[in-house]
Amino acid sequence: MTNVPPLRSIAPFPEARWADGEAAVFKSGDAVRVAARFPIGHYRVPRYIRGRKGVVESVIEPRALNNEEEGFGRNAGGKRHYYRVTLSMTELWPGYAGSPLDKLKIEIFETWLERA
Amino acid sequence: MGEHEHVHLDTEGSGDYTPGYYEILERSLAELLVEKGRIGAHEVRREIEVLDSRNPALGARLVARAWSDANFKKRLLANGRQACEELGITSYEDTELIVLENTETVHNLVVCTLCSCYPRAVLGLPPDWYKLKPYRARAVKDPRALLKEFGTIIPDDIAIHVSDATAQVRYLVLPRRPAGTDNFTEEELASLVTRDSMIGVVQLGSVPSTPGVAP
Repeated sequence: MTNVPPLRSIAPFPEARWADGEAAVFKSGDAVRVAARFPIGHYRVPRYIRGRKGVVESVIEPRALNNEEEGFGRNAGGKRHYYRVTLSMTELWPGYAGSPLDKLKIEIFETWLERA
Repeated sequence: MGEHEHVHLDTEGSGDYTPGYYEILERSLAELLVEKGRIGAHEVRREIEVLDSRNPALGARLVARAWSDANFKKRLLANGRQACEELGITSYEDTELIVLENTETVHNLVVCTLCSCYPRAVLGLPPDWYKLKPYRARAVKDPRALLKEFGTIIPDDIAIHVSDATAQVRYLVLPRRPAGTDNFTEEELASLVTRDSMIGVVQLGSVPSTPGVAP
């Protein structure tokens, strides 16, 4: 795929330390699992992908507010990365009728991802 | 706004129109916000004006430019939002744009399963079917059957990539350039690009070989 935005993941000086949430936790190619949480309310992670495994395709720059928090009026701080994650359709849907090549691509906020 | 000023719009053109639950909710909320001085009545109108000023012709311009200029295409695929700004198309809703290139081996389809996220900055308002649950559910569960209903048959050796827009990013499909358009100007190319091809529910057909004439 050519549509991968450039990564901004290299610190300018080796001695420089990242602030909390500044550097991307995951990188392209990382195996991840979407958290299987079911909090009450409206969340931007559809239920059909919760608990499912995928692979990080790219880190979406720049960092952004967690718009779930923003939805409750909490706009200060809390900027982290969104990731474009690829999930296989056959992994998502048992008995998937289409081609095994088919994929779902979705952007997920960092706090919803775990290493798989 | 006082009680006497409430206007009941007759949007159906008949005298017995009854607004639905959500329409009443929306109207009440808007009136309350204006009454409490949180927004001015003109701001609602202004926002509608902004929404209506965007339409698929903007997306078509992007696609035609990408087909005609390999360097622009590279920038468009690397950072859709910045490339739009080069053409003076701003992201008024402050979202990023990822442009998905259809190739010989990949066909892209865009959906928003949670609501109706759509690249409004470059396509305007989404069609009604895009917002309805059957499209939203089937696009991620059985995209091939769904596409077939749009008359789009994708062979099994071409991967379908469904992008579900959920939060910060909007998606636009860069369709494949139709055959027989080698001599087309950018403007002629733009006239071939349809809204639905940029959502990914259709592919663009090849053009009959009449030089310089768009069908």
